[in-house]
Amino acid sequence: MIYRRIYNTPSVSFRSAFEQLDRMNRQFEQLFGDDPRVGRGLLGAGVFPQINLTEDTDKFYVRAELPGVKTDDIEMQATSKNLSISGKRKIEVEGEGVRYHRREREAGKFSRIIAMPTEIDPDRIEARMQDGILTIHIPKADAVKPRQITIN
Amino acid sequence: MFGKDSKELKVREKQEVNTPAEQTKPGLLFTPSVDIFENDNSLVLLADLPGVNAKALNIDLRDNTLTIEGEVAPFEGANEKDILVEYEVGKYYRQFSLSEVIDQGKIDAQLKDGVLRLTLPKVEKAAPRTISVQDS
Repeated sequence: MIYRRIYNTPSVSFRSAFEQLDRMNRQFEQLFGDDPRVGRGLLGAGVFPQINLTEDTDKFYVRAELPGVKTDDIEMQATSKNLSISGKRKIEVEGEGVRYHRREREAGKFSRIIAMPTEIDPDRIEARMQDGILTIHIPKADAVKPRQITIN
Repeated sequence: MFGKDSKELKVREKQEVNTPAEQTKPGLLFTPSVDIFENDNSLVLLADLPGVNAKALNIDLRDNTLTIEGEVAPFEGANEKDILVEYEVGKYYRQFSLSEVIDQGKIDAQLKDGVLRLTLPKVEKAAPRTISVQDS
């Protein structure tokens, strides 16, 4: 039973060497920010809220985790190059005679400007909030969309 | 206007966790931020679970151990390519041991905008009763 005691402790998890390596890799990337695949840390990282930016041929997609933030408390503005998101996260006061054991959730205001990689169409941006995740669909400007070329 | 709301929010990296039990599904596991407070009648837990909907949330209370587990469905379209990845998406998992005796039948859980509010009522103690003596 000594085996169990050694190998089943949560701090020493040997569940898979690859997983462990992967985790180390990610932590390394977090420290030095040099992931070659994505531009982590290039576009003004370290500003709340953290965003993920993806694209397909027609659109960019910005996603941010904003749990408990009401849509009325978010403000967005866009130009053909930038998207700005600002707002505040409120945490309700829980009445008198309440004793806190843990307080990890934070309230406050935020504001962030995202420089888009190419020109965008600011008039057709759509945004929605679901389960605390803000998703913004940003159509690329017609001028930068790839065009199908037919050969006659 | 100078309350807590006027503070500037700072980025906090999501915290990865190691669970004592082995995972059967691959993927990342994060620990959600929580507030826990207590008043005279109940223990209330608030947890930030962005991306978790009511169907994907599992709350379990047994032997004074409360487990919260939330799955996040992938929401990226099939053709989307990453340009910038600042946060990673994964399951949420956190366990608490409760010292109070909870009235299991009256637990209330509400999930709204990615925030879980779990109310755990304490078992009612025998309230002191005054007995009035009536004149016959």
